[in-house]
Amino acid sequence: MRKRLLTLLPPALVALGVLFVPLDMFAATPVTRQFTVQASQFAFDPPTLRVNRGDRVVITLEATDVVHGLYLDEYDVNVRVEPGLSKQIEFVAEKTGKFRYRCSVSCGSLHPFMIGELVVMPNDAFARAVGLTLVAALAALVYLSRFPPGEA
Amino acid sequence: MSESRLDLLTRFPWLKEAIKSRLWQPAAMLLTLSFFVLVILTGLLGTPAGSRNFGIIFVWIVWWAVLIIVLIPFFGRLWCAVCPIPGPGEWLQRRGIISRVPGKLRSLGWRWPRPLRNIWLQNAGFLMMAMFSTIILTRPLLTGWLLLGFLLLSVLFSILFQNRVFCRYVCPVGGFIGLYSLLSPLELRVKDVAVCREHKTKDCLVGTSCSYGCPWLVYPGTLKRNAYCGLCAECVRACPKDNIGLNLRPFGSDLLVDKERRMDEAFKAFIMLSCSLLYSVVLLGPWGWLKALANMETVSGWALYATGFLVVNLLVVPGLFWLTTVLARHLSGLHASVHRLFVDHAYGLVPLGLAGWIAFSLSFIFVNGSYVIPVLSDPFGWGWDLIGTSRVAWTPLALGFLPALQVITLLVGLVFSITTLYRIAQQHSSAFAGHALVSSGDRAWWATLPTAGFATGVTLLFLWIFLG
Ligand code: SF4
Ligand SMILES: [Cu+2]
Repeated sequence: MRKRLLTLLPPALVALGVLFVPLDMFAATPVTRQFTVQASQFAFDPPTLRVNRGDRVVITLEATDVVHGLYLDEYDVNVRVEPGLSKQIEFVAEKTGKFRYRCSVSCGSLHPFMIGELVVMPNDAFARAVGLTLVAALAALVYLSRFPPGEA
Repeated sequence: MSESRLDLLTRFPWLKEAIKSRLWQPAAMLLTLSFFVLVILTGLLGTPAGSRNFGIIFVWIVWWAVLIIVLIPFFGRLWCAVCPIPGPGEWLQRRGIISRVPGKLRSLGWRWPRPLRNIWLQNAGFLMMAMFSTIILTRPLLTGWLLLGFLLLSVLFSILFQNRVFCRYVCPVGGFIGLYSLLSPLELRVKDVAVCREHKTKDCLVGTSCSYGCPWLVYPGTLKRNAYCGLCAECVRACPKDNIGLNLRPFGSDLLVDKERRMDEAFKAFIMLSCSLLYSVVLLGPWGWLKALANMETVSGWALYATGFLVVNLLVVPGLFWLTTVLARHLSGLHASVHRLFVDHAYGLVPLGLAGWIAFSLSFIFVNGSYVIPVLSDPFGWGWDLIGTSRVAWTPLALGFLPALQVITLLVGLVFSITTLYRIAQQHSSAFAGHALVSSGDRAWWATLPTAGFATGVTLLFLWIFLG
């Protein structure tokens, strides 16, 4: 039992490292980023917005066909836009990662799947998840080679 | 019976009494049937706006969430014991709902064709549904007709064939529940195989005065896997030797049963894995053009989409896995044919496939779960307000920890898959009478390297869709 735990110790330490190592050094100088996002059944154009942490994000939201909305996960943004008019959204991208923005005004059949993405770099959640996956896979392989199940 | 099993029926006598009762199954089925009828009615007659229609919300959010996150992983095929779809047909055959009506089942007694005694039909049916899923998922009318169609088809099958031929060979949902039930920590098995061998009348198969013969055409005495046991407990009621147990066991035990692996089930594993990836890309991704194709905005666009969908399901994913097993065979020096390794190792992808489905489902359940509250008050979307909640607004829930939950789910699935792949490889290498230079464990390890790489690649793909 001790041996087994010892085998898992190094990967566990690496996993902790992957989870908690600061990734701040990749931060870029904040700037203001302007986007015009067009909402139409059932997509946002452009589909993906990429910014860096600390950037001031200014989105001009337009609807091209019917009334749509934009709800941005975790950013407390929720606006509604009528066709022909436009709405300004402004916020500072403090949280990093991928956040989906979704239409928040029922606009037709695919409304629940009308989704766009805001990616705030550095996307450390994704980087850490990839790291954890590789560590987990390698740890499993190492563990299996040292302690094959069924062979005491 | 191995020592890693705990028979719940021996442990909890009240559970045995409860399960032997003829009451629980019809009671549960009548309950689900009443929801089912409401789903069909709201689907056919209610508002075409899916998010305000009881049918859409209850089937594709509530039922789906409970099925994929709770029932399948922990209780295997339990859904099949309470599913409303086979109910009316079964009751017609039995000429009764609760008690055992004496005499034979009433049906035309056709024989199910031998070439179809597998799950290829279910694979095809699931793919058909999956190709149309974007429009089924969002159109109450289609969901209503689809479910009504299932109901009528199951009645028709009950008229033509005895027992649950529909569930076992036709129902597209039953197919994947069966495959993923191999994972569940619950199993119905005989306690002592020798007792069954000696027992000549086989009451569990033919039925008794207080029980029907196994509706799933399964003989408990040789049952080794969950795949085709519907957990109806007729055999528990029948067995005069008290030889049937309901065991708690380690997750995934049936994936290691090496005698019954088949190509149709292997393809089920590929189809389910591919579909969970494709659904995540199409429904959760930001690509409007893809949604437009899937949404059948033009027939030619949809045809393109459907072709791509089939190519990924039937060629790309199985093809890549085939190459992976060729590599595994080469690296390990295992003698089994590529065909054999391909089929057997496919079962190793079952945990990851289920994890993928759970991760995918979590995102839309948390986001859209709040739709449940208004549709309870206004099921048809006609402006009713039965319980005063019809105006509760859409509120996505707890998105903060969603990515972490998805990552954990996928990692558990991945590690589980790698371990299973290794143990499957072990079965081949222990059967291997080879050189003494490489131990059987090493062979298994080298065989696992490529397949584990495949599983890791799939996991990274999921992560990229969800977080990247
Ligand atoms: S009735 Fe019981 S003892 Fe007889 S064959 Fe069935 S399971 Fe075995
Ligand atoms: Cu919209």
